[in-house]
Amino acid sequence: MIKKSMLYLILLIGVVSFLYPFVWMIFASLAPDKEIGSLVLLPSHLTFSNYYKLIQKIPVWRALFNSLFVSGFVTFGVLIFGSMTGYALARLEFKGRNILFYVIIFTMTIPFQITLIPQYIIMVKLHWTDTYLALIVPGLMNAFAIILFRQYFKSIPQDLIDAARIDGCGEFGIIFRVMWPNSIPAIVTVGILTFMASWNDVLWPLIVIRDQSLMTMPQLVTLFVVGGRAESQLGVKLASAVLLALPIIIAYMFFQKYFINSASSTGMKG
Amino acid sequence: MTKKKIIPYILISPYIIHFLIFMAFPVFFSIFLTFNKWDVISPMQFVGFGNFTRLFNDQLFFKSIYNTLFFLLINIPLQIIIALFFAELLNQKLKLKGFFRAAFFLPVIVSGVVVTIVWQQLYGFDSGLLNRIFVSIGLNRVGWLVNPKIAMASIAIMATWKNVGLYIILFLVGLQTVPKQLYEAADLEGANHWQKFSKITLPLINPTIFIVVILSTIGGFSLFIEPYIMTGGGPLNSTLSALLYIYKQGFFYGNMGYSATLGFFFAFIIIIVVIFQKKYIEKEI
Repeated sequence: MIKKSMLYLILLIGVVSFLYPFVWMIFASLAPDKEIGSLVLLPSHLTFSNYYKLIQKIPVWRALFNSLFVSGFVTFGVLIFGSMTGYALARLEFKGRNILFYVIIFTMTIPFQITLIPQYIIMVKLHWTDTYLALIVPGLMNAFAIILFRQYFKSIPQDLIDAARIDGCGEFGIIFRVMWPNSIPAIVTVGILTFMASWNDVLWPLIVIRDQSLMTMPQLVTLFVVGGRAESQLGVKLASAVLLALPIIIAYMFFQKYFINSASSTGMKG
Repeated sequence: MTKKKIIPYILISPYIIHFLIFMAFPVFFSIFLTFNKWDVISPMQFVGFGNFTRLFNDQLFFKSIYNTLFFLLINIPLQIIIALFFAELLNQKLKLKGFFRAAFFLPVIVSGVVVTIVWQQLYGFDSGLLNRIFVSIGLNRVGWLVNPKIAMASIAIMATWKNVGLYIILFLVGLQTVPKQLYEAADLEGANHWQKFSKITLPLINPTIFIVVILSTIGGFSLFIEPYIMTGGGPLNSTLSALLYIYKQGFFYGNMGYSATLGFFFAFIIIIVVIFQKKYIEKEI
């Protein structure tokens, strides 16, 4: 009995240390400015003044829209193109199939640090800097997604495909009407991982976007916090962090299980 | 018949085009860039091995690599120990197991930008929560982010806190593959907790440890936004990570050719480190 309660106590300490910084962040962003410095948990009263100030200083709603638009588009593209390539690799015979497969595996071992500057230069040459194209197009393809779809599509019975062919279904029809409904876990995994990676990415936007109206939310918040515009107003900084965190946290509350399951499949990458 | 032959190539063509433009070309272009000087605006200028000579004399670059390795040296062991500890605790019949897992995992999904902004406050010298706790239990204040000897360790601790939830989940998956009979047999032999852990659990979850090491190594080599926001690379360049330095060379000073050379060289180091880890850890299994 004592052992069990010790166990819960340790876990509780763990939980508090993992949740407390977020709880503190939310309360501090709602606290009057002079209380933040000494705030432990609850402020004397709650105020939204930091949020009003923030909205006047930087285009938060626009940045949230940009992030949602970019991440949504990237996720959609990775799902479509990933399943097309994955399907060809899993189910079709063609010359060069094995080579393609090894090329895809090989690209996963190339550190992105090597392609970062050249990719930026491509953006400059295409005149894509300060456009949505620069944020979206390089992210449309993902080796991990292709491999996962290939693996999943391999396990789907051939009978289903044959039946669809007899009904006059083309290859695209087979992918999206036969493969997809039977691969929901793979779609969810790729969808969540891609969306999260895209939503949280900040290095690439920092490189290709200078125009404030095109900035993604993490980029806008980063530049706001690092640059002088926060003018050491801690509460406003924290308010911007809360608005950046909130959409993902809300999604996480609803789809927790899927987030955790998706993440555990990243272990397969190694 | 011909249509059937073409279809696979239609399906893979988006990948091929994307691969050629955003993968194959950049890799070769980066080799080309290492021989050139370029500030984006004026025309490129061939400098031969100039960038490499500069690199080998660039003490700041080697310091940034040292900093990154130092980060990994703290981050990886800490991450494995804490993740294994909590995974062991969670790997038994428990109430609220799902809640504990979800709570540990929360920092993983939240942007590193958010985590850094919050921890910057926790690490504050005068009124940061950590120092307030230290003072209240009679310890001295710690210069978490202002002491050059400590700053990188502080960032490594924060990164551990952010990512450890993922590794707890991976270890939990790994622990489930250990056959229960082994523990029962060990119980009969009268083995204690530590013996069971070191003789049964540890050897059998070695593959998971390997994955965790590789994933956190690759993650650690991408260390960028945390020092960018928290310290800007300071104090005294003690938290300047290699990627932050590459970024600064390219986008603060406009040395694209040199920045590409650094990226090229750094990628080379990453590959060597990962291969070394693969060889070494696989031998251990």
